Amino acid sequence: MKKKIKIKINGKIIKIDDKTKLSDLIKNLKVPLKKVAIELNREIVDKKNLNKIDLKINDKIEIVHFIGGG
Amino acid sequence: MTECARAIKISGADIVTVAVRRVNITDKKKPLLMDYLDPKKITYLPNTAGCFNSIEALRTLRLAREIGGWKLVKLEVLGDKNNLFPEMIETLRSTEILTREGFKVMVYCNDDPLMAKRLEDVGAAAIMPLAAPIGSGLGILNKINIQIIRNQTKLPLIIDAGLGQASDATIAMELGCDGVLVNTAIAKAKKPFEMAKAFKNAVIAGRQSFLSGRIEKKVMGSASSPKKGII
Repeated sequence: MKKKIKIKINGKIIKIDDKTKLSDLIKNLKVPLKKVAIELNREIVDKKNLNKIDLKINDKIEIVHFIGGG
Repeated sequence: MTECARAIKISGADIVTVAVRRVNITDKKKPLLMDYLDPKKITYLPNTAGCFNSIEALRTLRLAREIGGWKLVKLEVLGDKNNLFPEMIETLRSTEILTREGFKVMVYCNDDPLMAKRLEDVGAAAIMPLAAPIGSGLGILNKINIQIIRNQTKLPLIIDAGLGQASDATIAMELGCDGVLVNTAIAKAKKPFEMAKAFKNAVIAGRQSFLSGRIEKKVMGSASSPKKGII
């Protein structure tokens, strides 16, 4: 069995397999990639590089989009 | 959400401000804003409403650029939770940084001509002074300052906050402003769709009035009918 690690995504702690690729996580969450921006530990991630990033323990991910509001 | 989209359509607005917020990762069926308002038909203006310092504002707008590639953004750095006045020192610094990064920054600011000039000097794309505190509905409290700002800048001048009724928008346009930003006055009106329409008409009337060149103000009366042929 693969080792599990804890990460935080949009403020919620979840458990995932160690070395999960960021691209796989996004795919599993079914997030419409074209309509969001992704931050990993406060750094914006270039969406072209998602499959190059292995997630580590305590990583903090933010996935944001636009809502109406002034 | 559909009501909001309908009100925006009725108002004839060219631009709609949008906020950057977390995606709901547990309820994916929740509709996205882009499903209701096509960003190809109306300009999305990402804004930093709710940010209280430069770091938060810069983070928000960099994320916004990543979402859609928009370079046109609205900067709003608040300084006080009670009156929601802009923190102008942080606002000025952020405008400078964002402009250097290639953003076109429309800036929420005080109705202070000197600060408006400083913003222009560091590269602001539009000046957006408040009429009155955000959501107050008080209308334009300092018309003279707005007029001075109008006279000193060729940048787009848009009244950002504090309008309460349609006639406030007319006054803004008559002062030579290029537009108004309205949320609360329409959203919280008893009949929002009717108010959206009223604002549209008010903006058009104000602009036409401004372009028509108003008469001079006089202290004494002067007859409007000719005196010749009087019986």
